[in-house]
Formats: sequence, structure tokens, C-alpha cells
Amino acid sequence: MDVRLPPFQTLLRDHAEEVYRFLAGMVGPRDADDCFQETVLAALRAYPGLRDATNLRGWMLTIAHSKAVDEHRARARRAVPVERVPERAVPGSNDGVALWDLVRDLPPKQRASVVHRYANELPYREIARILDVSEAAARQNVREGLKKLKEWV
Amino acid sequence: MDITEAAHRDYATEAAAASARAIAAARREGLIDVAYDTVDTPFGPMLVAVTPKGLVRIAFQGEDFEDVLTDLAARLSPRVLEEPKATQAARRELDAFFAGRLRSFDLPLDWSLSSGFALRVRKATYRIPYGLTSSYGEVAAKAGNPRASRAAGNALGSNPIPIVVPCHRVLRTGGALGGYGGGLDMKTALLRLEAPML
Repeated sequence: MDVRLPPFQTLLRDHAEEVYRFLAGMVGPRDADDCFQETVLAALRAYPGLRDATNLRGWMLTIAHSKAVDEHRARARRAVPVERVPERAVPGSNDGVALWDLVRDLPPKQRASVVHRYANELPYREIARILDVSEAAARQNVREGLKKLKEWV
Repeated sequence: MDITEAAHRDYATEAAAASARAIAAARREGLIDVAYDTVDTPFGPMLVAVTPKGLVRIAFQGEDFEDVLTDLAARLSPRVLEEPKATQAARRELDAFFAGRLRSFDLPLDWSLSSGFALRVRKATYRIPYGLTSSYGEVAAKAGNPRASRAAGNALGSNPIPIVVPCHRVLRTGGALGGYGGGLDMKTALLRLEAPML
């Protein structure tokens, strides 16, 4: 079957904000830019060889997810054992923003599931596909993540 | 705990700025196969597309630019991105041409959207000098088949790089205008621009 890939610009137009929001949730606004760029470059490299164009949004988010995980690992390697440094002191920052800082302390799969679910409102079926887990596991991840957040708040 | 409220922050501005930076990085890494931009001309906005080989496509406002880009993605490469820097030279020459300051284009061309007889017709047309005209029969002859003037007309009707491959300089034998993708008014205006005496 012939794959009809749309111009890459169309993907960017349709999905850039969602990918960015996901990355901001995953790695924080400060590192989201770098991760976003890595995501776009990786997607561009792979794009002409893509054999399935049915879920390009999911494909972009999957790449973004792996870039966010890379970033986290890199950060863990860089990390020096001091207590958590506040990520930002935005004037007028509210509880919501602080809550997203906590989201980034969740284990990777729970974090990704919570961000997909609440930042981008993806259906569980889609989250399961992106994270390559069962739908039940995706639900479980979100539930566990929320439970932890409630404990921490 | 309102997780959705924080999550639904508008990231449109950040995403647009980050996209622009990512596209610039993609250009540095050689990951853009087709770069395009739109350019304002006296004949309305035109879409200009370039590849690493050169100018590959100019589309007039009558064409649906989305369709043109989809076609380029299918025929050349899906790595199609809006990138003003790569198209800068082409835009500059087009500006100068429409202002009457440029008589022959210097841009490298990418002929990959043309083949066979149509390619030969378009290359023959490319050599018609500024301010002069030719006929469909003549360009057909130069392309190797003097009797194929109708096929030559078709090849120019679907000319992927109008203006620069100056199909507006090709008329019917006897001087009737023939056709033009941008409309006959535009063809007349281009001929007048090049030869104000006409």
C-alpha cells in the first residue's frame, strides 16, 4: 500500500502545540524548547521512511516521549545531590504551576500518562498506544500518578 | 487540586517560536528537502519552493497552495517546510523582476518535476530572451518535434516554474496570446513589463 505522507509542515502546524505542551509537562518549560527541537529533528530524519501515516499525532508524541525520557536521564546524570531547586519563580505563579513541578517528580510512565491525559486530553487507548502498554495499564498509570500527587500536595 | 487548569495553558506562542527554531536547526542539518515561502507580487501572493538543487516550483494565487505542497510532498519528498531563508534568493530575484530591474534570472533551477518532451519544451522556453516572444510551434521544434505544438502548449500549461521559465513569452503562431496559468491579463501585463512598446 502506498503511504501518502503530508508535507511535514502540516504535521508541525497541526501538532506542534500539543507536542510542546506535553514536553512542558514532562520536562518543564525551561527544557521544553530543547526537547522540542530534538523531537522535530528526529521526526524529520525518520519521516520519509515512515510506512504508516494513519496516526501521525501519536507518532510525534511517541518521539517526544522518548526525547523527554532521554532528557530526564541526562538530567539525572548531571544532578548533584542538593535539595530540589525551584524551577522558576514566575510572578503570579499559582498552585497549578507548582503542581506541574510535582508531576515531573512522578516515575516516567505515570508522568507521561498524567501529562497525556490532563494536558492533551488523550483517550486512554491513545496513551496506551504511545507508551506501548495496555489500555488498562495506561489507566492504572494515571490513577497511581494522581494518587501520588494527592499525597504530595 | 486543579490539574486541568494548569495543563490547559495556551502554548501556541511558545510552540510557534520553538517550531521556527527547530526549522532553522533542520536547515543547518540538511533535513529540509523542499523549502517554501510565499512572496507578494503585483499579481498577488505566489508560492515559491526550492530544493538543495534550486528553484523547483512557483505557484500562482489561483492554485490551492495546500494542494501544491501536498503534490510536492508526494513527488519530491515529504520533508517540506516553510523556511524563508532558503527561498530568500528566489524571492529577491522575483521582486527585482516584477520591478523591471532584472532581465534574466540567475537562480539555479531544479528540473525534477519535468521529464521527456515536456522537459525539452520547458528548457527551450527558458532560453527565450527577455522582451522577445516565440510560438508553440517553435518551442516544439526546438524540443525535437515541430509538429507537436499542441503538446508543447500542454507542457507549458503545466509549467512548474512559470515566470522564471517564461512561458508567457510563448504565443500562438500569428501572435494570438494562447493561454496562461495566471490568466491572459497577467500574460499581457508580463509582456508589457518586458517590452513597454508592445
